[in-house]
Amino acid sequence: MNPLGSPAGESVLEAEEERALRERLEPICKGVRWDVVRMIGLAGSGHPGGSLSCVEILVCLYFYKMRHRPSDPRWPERDRFVLSKGHAAPALYAVLARAGYFSREELWKLRQWGSMLQGHPDMRRTPGVEISTGSLGQGLSAACGMALGLRIQHNPARVYALIGDGESQEGGIWEAAMLAGHHRLSNLVAFLDHNSLQIDGPCCEVVSLGDIPAKWRSFGWEVQEVDGHDVVEICRALDLAEASERPTMIVAHTVKGKGVSFMENAVEFHGKAPTLEEMERALREIEES
Amino acid sequence: MIPDKGSKHTRDAYAEALLELGEKDHRIVVMDADLAKSTQTERFKERFPERFIDCGVAEQNLMATAAGLATTGKIVFASSFAMFATGRAYDQVRNTIAYSHLNVKICATHGGITVGEDGSSHQALEDVALMRLIPGMRVVVPADYYEAREAVKAVAYLEGPFYIRLGRPKFPVLFDEDYRFRLGKAVMMRPGRDVTILACGIMVYNSLVAAEILAGEGIEAEVLNVHTIKPLDEEAILASASKTGRVVTCEDHSILGGLGGAVAELLSEKLPVPLRRVGIRDRFGASGGVEELMEHYGLTPGHVAEAARSVLGRAA
Repeated sequence: MNPLGSPAGESVLEAEEERALRERLEPICKGVRWDVVRMIGLAGSGHPGGSLSCVEILVCLYFYKMRHRPSDPRWPERDRFVLSKGHAAPALYAVLARAGYFSREELWKLRQWGSMLQGHPDMRRTPGVEISTGSLGQGLSAACGMALGLRIQHNPARVYALIGDGESQEGGIWEAAMLAGHHRLSNLVAFLDHNSLQIDGPCCEVVSLGDIPAKWRSFGWEVQEVDGHDVVEICRALDLAEASERPTMIVAHTVKGKGVSFMENAVEFHGKAPTLEEMERALREIEES
Repeated sequence: MIPDKGSKHTRDAYAEALLELGEKDHRIVVMDADLAKSTQTERFKERFPERFIDCGVAEQNLMATAAGLATTGKIVFASSFAMFATGRAYDQVRNTIAYSHLNVKICATHGGITVGEDGSSHQALEDVALMRLIPGMRVVVPADYYEAREAVKAVAYLEGPFYIRLGRPKFPVLFDEDYRFRLGKAVMMRPGRDVTILACGIMVYNSLVAAEILAGEGIEAEVLNVHTIKPLDEEAILASASKTGRVVTCEDHSILGGLGGAVAELLSEKLPVPLRRVGIRDRFGASGGVEELMEHYGLTPGHVAEAARSVLGRAA
């Protein structure tokens, strides 16, 4: 606390805040990662790679930025989140459970008959899921619709969305990008989970995404780039986005399979569950990290 | 004789219903995909610009954005041509609107071969079938201006997704100002005992003309306006079919999967009686005038009458 507000004082304050932020959010990320691996391992199917790459993004949204009420999931003033890359559902479910939307016990029933946790997000079955996704390239449009609807009714709530690299090859993403830019939807913030891999291999070998920031800027978006595994960078970007008069794209540079050595940057773990033995190994690795 | 009440556009009915709805309910939001002049949603845009969203030529975005809007408590009417609303955006309609049973009313114009000169790329002949296959989607094909207007007003306050199919040309007027639309309840247009004619859309009028022709030959045709393809009015259809023992379906749509398909499914399971389907026989459309196309694709009153004679086992 420097009464003069000198630059040195501010940086000390900032450093303290950052440390506090890390101390609060990083253990949650670690717990979510552990949950994700166990959920998919027990389910015997699912998408570990792209679930692990977006953990920090989801944790920063639900535990730092978004105004939401787990006990009242339909609170009209809540900020909304849309998981456009719906196959990362395990990460969303783990975060929703830890935020208090439902019991963590539900997580171990992922993808089972009768479970509230479907293979891809289902707004009618899972509290906290804002809209059903799974077929790629549609969630960002839905997020635009939410942002437009909230704007029409002068509701100050904000809308957040997460899209994937491979998903960016869907034309619908760019239709949504154009609409959001045109309407200057400043209440919309999207993340790109830029892990550079997709099912068939590296994006640059499948179909290159080109100059991603330039593309989004040309569609009328504010663009920021962050280390998608650094909670401080993500939180700062989210703060900054609130001041924007345009929609914001936060390109988060991430590692597919982050946090489990044998899954990191391993294309095969896009949509393959670990065996039970691999699961145990991965869980120990996360616990010891 | 069928009283001559002139003819009017079903899309004008749509526009007027939207204005009425928009006036009294601020939750009504209308969306289009660069066809507002054709679908007539432009009239809503002029009156309520803050509640009108044009997505540009991007029908997939139109449907998924409509879904998002609906989650904020809006009653969303999403319009385009039938071809693009159902074909181009099928995945969005199925997965993002219908799977979550969201409050989006898809009101498409330019359904059927009667689109005319624009030709095959713009003539949706499968749209009713596509929409009927989606769980929870209700499908309405109005027969005239008044039925279209009342159907639009009715579906606004029925929760969940709807597909309303309107036409490009003027449809002969069959009803009056006081017509009341009841979802899933077929309308008895003309009673008869020899053969049942089930029709929707512009083919209701043609079926009534056909019934006149048949009456001249001593055949009493019963004509039912089956405006709701889903949920189908099974009770009325089975009652009429059990009375006449002969059924003809008539639609400006493929004979596969639409009214004819739905009726065939119903009758084959519950009351197998001879059936003839009047409609597009698994072909693409083509350019031409409306009258010419109806002649070439077999949709005239003469074709309906011929199908009735055929199902009765009588030569022309």
